[in-house]
Amino acid sequence: MTVPDTAPKITSPQSAQPSDSAGKRTSVWSGLWPLAVGIALAAVMHFALPKLIGQYYSRIVMDIGIAMIMAVSLNIVNGMTGQFSIGHAGFMTLGGYTAAMLTYYGSLSIWGTSLKHGGFLGVGEWMFAASCLVGGLVAAGAGYVVGLPSLRLRGDYLAIVTLGFGEILRVVLQQTGKVIDDAEALRAATWSQFFPPPVGGAVGFDGVPKYTDLFWVYTFVTITVVVAYRLKHSSLGRAMISIREDEIASQAMGVNIARNKVLAFVLAAFFAGTAGGLFAHEAGVIVSPKDAGFQRSFDYVIMTVLGGRGSITGVMLAATILTALPEALRDFEQYRLIMYALLLIIMMLVRPQGLFGIHEIWQLWPGRGTRTDQKKA
Amino acid sequence: MHCRPSVSGHRFLGFGSFLPMLMLVALFGLTIPGCPSGGSNANEIVIGHFGSMSGSEATFGQSTDNGIKLAIEELNAAGGINGKKVRLITYDDKGDAREAGTAVTRLVTSDKVTAVLGEVASGLSLAGAPICQENGVPMISPSSTNPKVTKIGDMIFRVCFIDPFQGSVCAKFARSEELNASKAAILTDQASPYSVGLQEEFEKAFVELGGTITTKQTYQGGDQDFSAQLTGIRGSEPDVIFIPGYYTDVGNIALQARKLGIQTPMLGGDGWDSSKLGEVAGKALDGCFYSNHYSHEDPNPRVQDYIKKYSAKYKGTPDGLAALGYDAARILFEAMKRSKSLSGADIAAELAKTKDFDGVTGKISIDKDRNAVKPAVMLEMKNGKPAFVSTIQPDK
Repeated sequence: MTVPDTAPKITSPQSAQPSDSAGKRTSVWSGLWPLAVGIALAAVMHFALPKLIGQYYSRIVMDIGIAMIMAVSLNIVNGMTGQFSIGHAGFMTLGGYTAAMLTYYGSLSIWGTSLKHGGFLGVGEWMFAASCLVGGLVAAGAGYVVGLPSLRLRGDYLAIVTLGFGEILRVVLQQTGKVIDDAEALRAATWSQFFPPPVGGAVGFDGVPKYTDLFWVYTFVTITVVVAYRLKHSSLGRAMISIREDEIASQAMGVNIARNKVLAFVLAAFFAGTAGGLFAHEAGVIVSPKDAGFQRSFDYVIMTVLGGRGSITGVMLAATILTALPEALRDFEQYRLIMYALLLIIMMLVRPQGLFGIHEIWQLWPGRGTRTDQKKA
Repeated sequence: MHCRPSVSGHRFLGFGSFLPMLMLVALFGLTIPGCPSGGSNANEIVIGHFGSMSGSEATFGQSTDNGIKLAIEELNAAGGINGKKVRLITYDDKGDAREAGTAVTRLVTSDKVTAVLGEVASGLSLAGAPICQENGVPMISPSSTNPKVTKIGDMIFRVCFIDPFQGSVCAKFARSEELNASKAAILTDQASPYSVGLQEEFEKAFVELGGTITTKQTYQGGDQDFSAQLTGIRGSEPDVIFIPGYYTDVGNIALQARKLGIQTPMLGGDGWDSSKLGEVAGKALDGCFYSNHYSHEDPNPRVQDYIKKYSAKYKGTPDGLAALGYDAARILFEAMKRSKSLSGADIAAELAKTKDFDGVTGKISIDKDRNAVKPAVMLEMKNGKPAFVSTIQPDK
């Protein structure tokens, strides 16, 4: 990393690792089993929900999952580290386009058709999952680049940089070439047709195979939430929170501010990229340059603000409410967006600190009490 | 600073939070208030419409919806389809592809509509059409002109002409005696699939007819300042400026062009068609032309009768989109009447047989690619109002 070291390192994440083997086993198991439970639940949802509540409601639950990944990952930057990024949809779109390109042209060249290949956990689905991860990695790379200015810029100025990233990406995507329609044309294509990449320009990238289902969405939700939760309670997360609370004080305590800020950006961008992959492969969705614009980014910023700074469950709840609300308000027809905005204003007036503030949902339940490590510094 | 939370902290994640978290999500899905519409009962047929009732192209969705409602009112007054009344469910997609997908999913899988009407914008029709196709529900797009839309499958139809036809109509008109242009400049909204598609077709046809393109400039839908592009166009000295954009931007472009002293006539497609166009541009667009689906000045009694009915129900004269919504609904009803059952496949088969349907927007036949074969009209802006110039028949 080219980031200059501004302070000597004092803490090391590994220093507190339990040394005896029994303790280690407990710690590994306690780290893995939420993942196992989450993925198992995702599988149950995948098979049970469409039959129970129908395709339409399943679709909304799926959209909620994607919004959760976006909001929880943005919360690492905006909520935990206290930076202000409003270009999150840019990372999502970048990941989405990358993943869509891989599956679309991959399917065309391997199976000769861009349609879905194989059933549940079939070859096609694994290719889809892998390309979502690659999409995430590409987005993380962009996150690193966008994160660098955050070393010098704060608040409004950083916001402008991240906003600029989304808008630049939108305009760049509009200049891309036409989608190559079938396998034969792909075989006959020359290299010049791949530069700029053939992802549809302003029209958007249509024809992407539709792999996204409840299982994959909630598998990725599980991974994101577990990582965010573990991060929050690790020394790294604590360092990020200290940056949010007081940058100078935390620097004086030996926190490497530059490294932590960039890391927050990279992590958040990675998960946004995977969410983009899921989004691009959803039925009835065409990824288009418009998705990288600031309007979609703002949706996610609103979720983190409404959820509460750094509260993972709060942000998840906010993502759920804000995704379901416009659908629930459908019966108001053209007044629906007015109602939506009105409800947002009311929610912010009633709970200006966000739904759960800095707390998690179980800390609000009576009897549980507030744990010491959650108290505001 | 604490370095690491205790092990018990992790256990919280398992028992205390994770299960409830996911259950919360699952429950919320269940608690979204159900819609009152539900399925169709025995004595009515439910059809769905998805359109942009809000957002930047709101007049598109609203006009179309008005047209559809008028057709339904007429049909129900005349006894419905074989004794069954038709009911319409309209959902707003605010011009967003993802919302369009959700709206169509709801129409098709929750409300169990017999058929779907919509969308105006091609990009949104492309998002909704695969869902209709997959579920075997016929869909008629009233005014998506991009050729890709009906290629999605045998359930997807349209009642408007397609971009290649409209592009060639504009090119022919530019080369005709009316305008006699040999040099054209193009100003495209590069953020709009409609605009990009139409520009490509116009360029192809115009060059084929012996014209030359002097310059191609682009803007983004929603831009406020066009002076850079317009200065470039002025320098290239074209005979005509082709602007395949939407009415919201075209008004601003015209005002700024006249301010820069550009008196060259402008030419556009059906995206110009809105009563708002004259309101924005005033007289700046006088002497400019656009191709459209119909003209309210057309003396054809079918058209005049429609305008009378429309003006009685809603205020103002209907634009082309309302007329297309009206025609789309009536073609659907005709097919339903002829169809031996109300299954999607039967209705689609009858829709495909539509021939010489006497619509407000001209005689409509559906070809083997499920596109409408029909004439276009050219309109000229006079005193901020579109006036009928000529009808251009399809080649055949």
